[in-house]
Amino acid sequence: MSDNRPLRWFLYGYLALVFTFVFAPILFSVIFSFNSDRFPTIPLGSFTLKWYQTVWNDPDVWEAARTSLTVSLSTATIATLLGFATAYTDYRYSFRLKPIYLGLVLLPPTIPLIIMALAMLAWFAKLGISGQVMSIIIAHSVLTAPFAMAIIRLRLSQMDPSLESAAWNLGASQWSALRRVIVPFCRPAIISSFCLTAAVSFDEFAISWFVAGLNKTIPVIILEIVTGNIDPQVNAIGSFVFLVSMTLVIIAQVVLMTRRKKEV
Amino acid sequence: MSDSTPAKAASSAARQSSVFKLTFRLPIIIWQSLFFIGPLCFMVAMSFFIVRNYRMQEDFVMKNWLKMLGRDYFWDSYFLTWGLAGIGTVVTMLVAFPAAYTLAFKVSETVRRWAIFMLIIPFFTSYLVRIFSWYVILAESGVINAGLSYLGLGPFVMLNTKFGTVVGYMTLTLPLVIILQTFALANIDKSLVEAAFNLGCRPFRTIYRVILPMARTGLIIAAVFCFILSFGDFVSPYYLGGSKPPTLPILIVDTVKSGQQWPRAAVVAVVMMVTLFVVAFAGIMAAYRRRVG
Repeated sequence: MSDNRPLRWFLYGYLALVFTFVFAPILFSVIFSFNSDRFPTIPLGSFTLKWYQTVWNDPDVWEAARTSLTVSLSTATIATLLGFATAYTDYRYSFRLKPIYLGLVLLPPTIPLIIMALAMLAWFAKLGISGQVMSIIIAHSVLTAPFAMAIIRLRLSQMDPSLESAAWNLGASQWSALRRVIVPFCRPAIISSFCLTAAVSFDEFAISWFVAGLNKTIPVIILEIVTGNIDPQVNAIGSFVFLVSMTLVIIAQVVLMTRRKKEV
Repeated sequence: MSDSTPAKAASSAARQSSVFKLTFRLPIIIWQSLFFIGPLCFMVAMSFFIVRNYRMQEDFVMKNWLKMLGRDYFWDSYFLTWGLAGIGTVVTMLVAFPAAYTLAFKVSETVRRWAIFMLIIPFFTSYLVRIFSWYVILAESGVINAGLSYLGLGPFVMLNTKFGTVVGYMTLTLPLVIILQTFALANIDKSLVEAAFNLGCRPFRTIYRVILPMARTGLIIAAVFCFILSFGDFVSPYYLGGSKPPTLPILIVDTVKSGQQWPRAAVVAVVMMVTLFVVAFAGIMAAYRRRVG
């Protein structure tokens, strides 16, 4: 295309503006978490750690952090196991009802969370397992398994299909070929799918809010504080949540990238 | 690829092979049937249940449907949700397009990859915290109005308006839409764009006549996702839009949280699902329709 400089710079400027829009709320939330005013505005008040102290000394927050941790680690484990099994099935076998099979696996993220929340609430009540930490874990696994499946499936499609058959021909059973060829090859994808599903589960609030009963997760605590009034505690909790999620996302990304580099 | 290994004891190997196969195939079928299909089917059934003395009883009556669909406030909510999600989708698609265009055509491969990585980050940050942050930024004494007052402007009322709701929707959808649009644009054949250019086609005409038709499938899929996310979001219209009148997702929250009227909430949810199904189906038809002319 012709080199139209003013247009090019206009587009770069526009891109910068869009990124500002995307990151402004995250940035301001971190800034406000250190700001002394109850209702933060410009000019900023003085630097303070009092919101962090309030949060640190709140036993409800600690309880919620424990619940959140349990939920996201369990969810990540279940979702990654399910995702791996499904990705492997899709990679290796073809069968008649496969489109339906894949639809069943991949559809949950397209259903609005609020609808899933209501459906899960009613269904768990019917089964008699509502209001427990387990209910959140089950619901989150349904929601995140498709992500795990997609990440691991992408990795499998980079694999030379003859590797597994070679292992069989050399006398390996299906199980040991899986354990010694497929799983090691997928390890980076398995680790990053574990981190990403944990991060999604750690931030999810609608379903947790509906099905959790008295077991509140961190996002549910945030939701309740926000519903009450303007309270900068939210920014402090939010910055903490952001830190956790970002760590998980960066680990996931780094694991995927370094492996790729090594192989090239 | 064959399902079975070459082995001497063929029948035992076949049995082992099918055990192996089912170990990987069955778990997700059982799990999703129990905890995905099950809940959704039960929710549809629940919309015909009845509530007596604050207790839900299994039944098959049309009462909830008649009660909800016969009320004006339900339809007010329905069309409001449509309108907001529609406006949100159009605005998001338009705002995203120049950004996706830049990422697809005007930057290097490395920059594009980094930009997309950056755009993935918001998915893993708390949507609630970001909305709360917007609340403080957009408020009458908030950051934007404080900034504008130095210029002698404002204050502008941005909270509890449709503008606020759309800003909230965009917080949720804009990164995803830019990513999907960038993929759609980056995949088209660049030599065709250059050909149009070399033959003297003006930039906007090139976009309209060459780029948009070629990227149509991806663009429509982006719009469908944007609409689904906006239509189902209760946080933005509640905290930034003022929730008067409520949108359908807020109606679900209110009905469940304050009234124990689960069957009525189920009616709202089923109406939403049918609506979104029709929208998604129409979108897919439009995306994969043979190009005419």
